Amino acid sequence: MISLRHITVQAGGFQLRDLSMEIPTGSHTALMGRTGSGKTTLLEGICGLRSIRSGSIWIGDREVTNLPPGQRGIGFVPQDGALFDHLTVRQHLEFALEVRGWAPERRDTRSQELAEWLGLTPLLDRLPAGMSGGERQRVALGRALAFHPPVLCLDEPLSALDDQTRGEIVAVLTEIRNRTGITILHITHNRSEAERLADRILHLRDGRLES
Amino acid sequence: MAGVGSVNSPSVQSSDPSVASAPAKALVAPADRRFLAALILIGGTYVILLLAMVAADLFYTTPGHLWHALGSPEIQYAIRLSLLSCTLTTLLSLWVAVPIGYLMARFEFPGRAILDALLDIPIVLPPLVIGLSLLILFQTAPLRALETVFPVTYAVPSVILAQFMVACAFAVRTLRTTFAQINPRQEQVAMTLGCNRAQAFWRVVLPAARPGILTAATLAWARALGEFGPILVFSGATRMKTEVLPTTVFLELSVGRLEAAVAVSLLMMGSAVVALFLVRAWGGAGLGGGTSPRHP
Repeated sequence: MISLRHITVQAGGFQLRDLSMEIPTGSHTALMGRTGSGKTTLLEGICGLRSIRSGSIWIGDREVTNLPPGQRGIGFVPQDGALFDHLTVRQHLEFALEVRGWAPERRDTRSQELAEWLGLTPLLDRLPAGMSGGERQRVALGRALAFHPPVLCLDEPLSALDDQTRGEIVAVLTEIRNRTGITILHITHNRSEAERLADRILHLRDGRLES
Repeated sequence: MAGVGSVNSPSVQSSDPSVASAPAKALVAPADRRFLAALILIGGTYVILLLAMVAADLFYTTPGHLWHALGSPEIQYAIRLSLLSCTLTTLLSLWVAVPIGYLMARFEFPGRAILDALLDIPIVLPPLVIGLSLLILFQTAPLRALETVFPVTYAVPSVILAQFMVACAFAVRTLRTTFAQINPRQEQVAMTLGCNRAQAFWRVVLPAARPGILTAATLAWARALGEFGPILVFSGATRMKTEVLPTTVFLELSVGRLEAAVAVSLLMMGSAVVALFLVRAWGGAGLGGGTSPRHP
């Protein structure tokens, strides 16, 4: 469960004030809103990439408001994937595990498992350069899921993809949810994408959250 | 600087079909032809002058002159000191320019605009003035006290310091652009994956900045190699002591040995050309070097 309690987030001159919401464990929630409505700002606040002025953020029964991003247990997939150009797919999948001090054998098992599941096995030793949009997005998802986070935050993961690839990633996201029971918060401004994937849709309008 | 837009706004480029279209291969109208001819004529004069200058040096000297110059112990000392001081200057410049470039590219803080202008001072200041300012700085009480245990002025450390003051400014400029071109989202993702800021910097930002760092290093090295004004004032021109290659050219010229001066100049020209090629090969980050022209 993700719980926001009266949080205020500031981004430059822009402010989201006194927002509260509850996202039940295992749900897929789409957060919709116009460009500039503050969706990404809110997501950054939840992920710990932007400090919260007031209020508190809870993940499960743990308050994470003042925890650094890496200790919140959130897998984050930004809009363009933001892959690391100098790392291979395997190194992407093992990145969080290496930082967390997993033994090489465990890392290897986990990266193989993820690669198989996301259809990345033939690409394991490739660098991101030259990969298709769908491949990049699958690598970004695998990198975010590797350390078994209870929450996955997606910032418009389908916006830069063509129709066919979009369908492919929708299938991957559905499978991720079915397999792991992870709680997903998904930013989008595409209604059909939200309706296809999410079981709850929230709207961010004029700085307020509406269902 | 053409690369800035390509990183920050990929969608702008890809959605603009004219960007992808072929450059000036299309039909050129007669009026346009005259305009292009005028541009080529004006620009060509400079390029020809540049090539003629190099050619003149090449034809003035002979392999014998070059060989004779290289055999002189003074010039050999100058080559060794130049190589040593430029390398140390480059390392020092990177040591300082990486943190400054990263801070300037990533963080907003009070006085940032002033600091930005300050960092350009060594680029716009006449080199001689930098030398003079260093000399005066080392006349102050604390630094005079330092010099009693560690001589700087008119000694080898002054050569490195004089080179560093100028070369570092160029490294800072280059690295600032380099870091600004790296998507900050990459660091943020690394932080959600468990890195603290320092780990994200070492694991993600620094490897991504590699071409820019190599470019900055090469530029700093080439800049340091050509530094003369500040060294003349702050280090003097003592043979076998503070003589670097530009000092050699000056000293040989002042005693009328033009052949030796030209031979050493050619040596420096060769190093500069190699440096330039390396910068291009490494993508010329922060210089706009090695990038294709962009069409509106």
